[in-house]
Amino acid sequence: MSKYDFPMTVSQKLPPNPDPVLNVEITPELIKKHGILPEEYEKILNDLGREPTLTELGIFSVMWSEHCSYKNSRPLLKGFPTEKKRTDLPYGKVLVKAGEENAGVIDIGEGWAISFKIESHNHPSAVEPFEGAATGVGGIIRDIFTMGARPALLTNSLRFGDLESETVRHLFRGVVAGIAHYGNCMGIPTVGGDVYFDPCYEGNPLVNALCLGVLRHDQIKRGAASGVGNPVFYVGASTGRDGLGGASFASRELTEESQADRPAVQKGDPFMEKLLMEACLEMMAVPGLVVGIQDMGAAGLTCSSCETAARGNAGIEIELDRVPQREAGMNSYEIMLSESQERMLVIVQRGREKEIEEIFEKWDLHAEQVGEVTGGDRMVVKHHGVPVADIPAKLLTDEGPVYHRESREPAYLRETGGWKPESLGDPAPERLRDALPRLLSHPTIASKRWVYQQYDHMVMAGTVLGPGSDAAVVRLRLDDKEKYVAIANDCNGRYCYLNPYRGGLIAMVECLRNLACSGAVPLAMTDNLNFGNPYKPEVFYAMEESVRGLADACRAFDVPVVGGNVSLYNENQKGAVDPTPVVSVAGLIEDPEHITGQFCRKSGERLILLGGYPDELGGSAYLGVCHDLKTGDAPRVDLEAEKRLQEFVRDRIREGRVDAAHDLAEGGLLVAVAEMLFGERQLGAELVLKAIAGGTRLDALFYGESQGRVLLAVEAGADEAVTDEARNAGISASVIGSVVEQPELSVALEGRSDKWTWPVDELRNAWQKAIPDAMRLPGIPE
Amino acid sequence: MKTAVIQFPGSNCDRDAVHAFGNILGLPADLVWHKESSLGGAELVVLPGGFSFGDYLRCGAIARFSPIMAAVCEFAENGGVVLGICNGFQILCEAGLLPGVLIRNECLEFRCRTVQLRVEDAGPHFNREKLGDRLAIPVAHGEGNYLIDREGLTALQENRQILFRYAARGSAGDPQLENPNGSVGDIAGIRNQMGNVIGMMPHPERAVETFHPSRDGVPILKAVVETARSAADVKV
Repeated sequence: MSKYDFPMTVSQKLPPNPDPVLNVEITPELIKKHGILPEEYEKILNDLGREPTLTELGIFSVMWSEHCSYKNSRPLLKGFPTEKKRTDLPYGKVLVKAGEENAGVIDIGEGWAISFKIESHNHPSAVEPFEGAATGVGGIIRDIFTMGARPALLTNSLRFGDLESETVRHLFRGVVAGIAHYGNCMGIPTVGGDVYFDPCYEGNPLVNALCLGVLRHDQIKRGAASGVGNPVFYVGASTGRDGLGGASFASRELTEESQADRPAVQKGDPFMEKLLMEACLEMMAVPGLVVGIQDMGAAGLTCSSCETAARGNAGIEIELDRVPQREAGMNSYEIMLSESQERMLVIVQRGREKEIEEIFEKWDLHAEQVGEVTGGDRMVVKHHGVPVADIPAKLLTDEGPVYHRESREPAYLRETGGWKPESLGDPAPERLRDALPRLLSHPTIASKRWVYQQYDHMVMAGTVLGPGSDAAVVRLRLDDKEKYVAIANDCNGRYCYLNPYRGGLIAMVECLRNLACSGAVPLAMTDNLNFGNPYKPEVFYAMEESVRGLADACRAFDVPVVGGNVSLYNENQKGAVDPTPVVSVAGLIEDPEHITGQFCRKSGERLILLGGYPDELGGSAYLGVCHDLKTGDAPRVDLEAEKRLQEFVRDRIREGRVDAAHDLAEGGLLVAVAEMLFGERQLGAELVLKAIAGGTRLDALFYGESQGRVLLAVEAGADEAVTDEARNAGISASVIGSVVEQPELSVALEGRSDKWTWPVDELRNAWQKAIPDAMRLPGIPE
Repeated sequence: MKTAVIQFPGSNCDRDAVHAFGNILGLPADLVWHKESSLGGAELVVLPGGFSFGDYLRCGAIARFSPIMAAVCEFAENGGVVLGICNGFQILCEAGLLPGVLIRNECLEFRCRTVQLRVEDAGPHFNREKLGDRLAIPVAHGEGNYLIDREGLTALQENRQILFRYAARGSAGDPQLENPNGSVGDIAGIRNQMGNVIGMMPHPERAVETFHPSRDGVPILKAVVETARSAADVKV
């Protein structure tokens, strides 16, 4: 190091900033503009022992934003189990826990592990859907390879308003194209996800992206700066003025003026990220070279510097002159708050600088030493040699403000909870018939091929079950062995709106049920909590309750939470989005023979309904689509019954006795049966339903969304034994019909003459064409 | 049959190709970095899929200037067998080793799905008898719309240079059967006049294992290897 000497001593009172523009008085207006509350500013004055500079104020504003600090959600997250209780399994131990690093790491046995996490990019996607979604994918990929893992798959959870709106179609098209652009170029398969459409998301779409990577235990990297004197490197793309203060932008409500915040949205370059990923993986494979590494995501250089220092119980000092810059004349405020993409901070073992420089030269990327690890506890930032920020690193991270907000049960719950199905009157037979194609053509239930055919879901040549199944399954090649991971996403915001606690429970148990149907044992969960403004007591109540639901389900199934993301202020002019705590669970399938899909394969197969006939209508898609109602209570959940059911399904799959398995979800029993018939072969099904002894409504039987239900297709002749075993295991089970050659779905009621029939083609058309028809552009072929 | 899989910055099917040739076909297969100037004695060269140089400017337009491409061109001119898959096909066209160009898909979107390919009778290794009539192979591209002028197309047909076409529209209108990109003559894969440079948009390396959509990629890759063997024999 010739030009700059590290560390330099810094006086408490900072000299004027080299850029005179930044030497301004810190006024209450300026503080407010930075989203810092008066009491938070008091804390800054007190803990810093002086007035902050404008650069420092900017640093506090991003680090203490909800996005980086979790100040309004941290107390709730403490309720999540972070470790697996059971310890006698050859896999499943949590190696890196939630909150410790950029992403959690879980043992999958034989010295291998996976790292996975989900993260939101809702606000950027609302104002600039293509770049917003693309950089969301880029950010989560960096979180995973930062851990030392090679990314193996991507999924996403998306929520949009009604497709009838042109603005919504614009957002939907842009988000999907943005995800495709980034993931495809990276060469990581996007293997699954979920998309819901509900007017509550109009103007504030949810874009949650997940990445899962694989690594050996000895490859785990930490985002900690340690070893005084170790050099700090900046690698990857240069810093520009894009994404300034993105973390703060994400921590506000969207308003009509939000379009003016478009400069806060970053511009992604997946090619740059691909190079960065390959270079970083190559660098991390060199033994002992990398001491610590962290990506520059939200709050960019600021966050990566102070977080690595705080984790390493050290100080850090950086000189901004050495930061590669895209534009001339950037000042310290802009450089520290830029959220330019595809950048990382790396702490290297002293004396081995040459090695990292050579690797990055191979990939034609910047690798500049910008500073070093220091003794003490401060993050010191200099520009042209002048100290412009000098803050205790932990004050920005661990010691930031934490709030427990006021919580109040929303008044509407009384009304919706008291709703009675009788108010609908008796369902006419014709209406019951029409409901099925209508449900299948609702975009939430309809085929998502329009979406996933834009994603490369087969690259890496490991996709066993791709998009369109209950869960996606990917084969991992690990030196000389292979392992199979399954992944599913879930969350029905409608349930969370009607009963936040049960909504949380259901998101989790349904996700687990999807995994069970694919034959997988759950390993761990990552969550993306999407809510409105936490200062509204009703919003905070929904957060509190749904998190409690998720946590209870996690404990019941002994599935630890290994990380996630909180996205608040998801509101538009009409109010908050439905509470949407998206969960994603990764699972392991030990024997590839056990991987099970949801499609019936041949006529003669018998269909078994496990868990009993559905009998609830609250919160159902049927109420929404056919009656324009979002009401009732969310379906009941019995955690013990759910556990028995999932164990039972997995065991029968392992015995090789299940041809197909599918869980009942949106649209209920008949939608689930229809979906099982939408495989490659043209097949039909003949159902005879018993029910009705207790006077169950037919609409609830056909389309109700009672939880804890799974359909199995088994060989003819195997059905009786399976139902007997189910009953012995305390699970209600009925053979409800058979798969037939004739491509027609027919439903009869035992002891009654009513019968409903649908040509499978009619149903398949409704299901297949709904989204392409809505999204078609004039003059452009499909 | 030593196989070199060229790794450009942005290649992302490079490992899949090494896996298919190395582990599935059991040939020695190695990655060769684009900044190298030698193919290291390889007898078969594969340009894999991906987004070389981020697809900036035009797909394949920058990769053709990589140092290794001089060696690839020389290898091809001497009769060595070169297979370009997806982005590799685009690079071969940009490098002038294959005729025609690949432009944006007609639907203006990326398309990833398994398509049915019809095998044309083109040469001893790429005929129907050898490969089967129809092959199910995945495609994944945004710029796979093959375009060539009328004379060029006539020449391709007369010289039997067309290896694969997307099977024509099925009566059921099943998109699986349709041309996914609008290419002229439903062309999915071609070879040069000498028969030693082969380019195709579909990914045979994604159809080689039991859990893949099919194993129809295996005969295609084997046909490439056999072509390379014949070429090597001629040289000896």
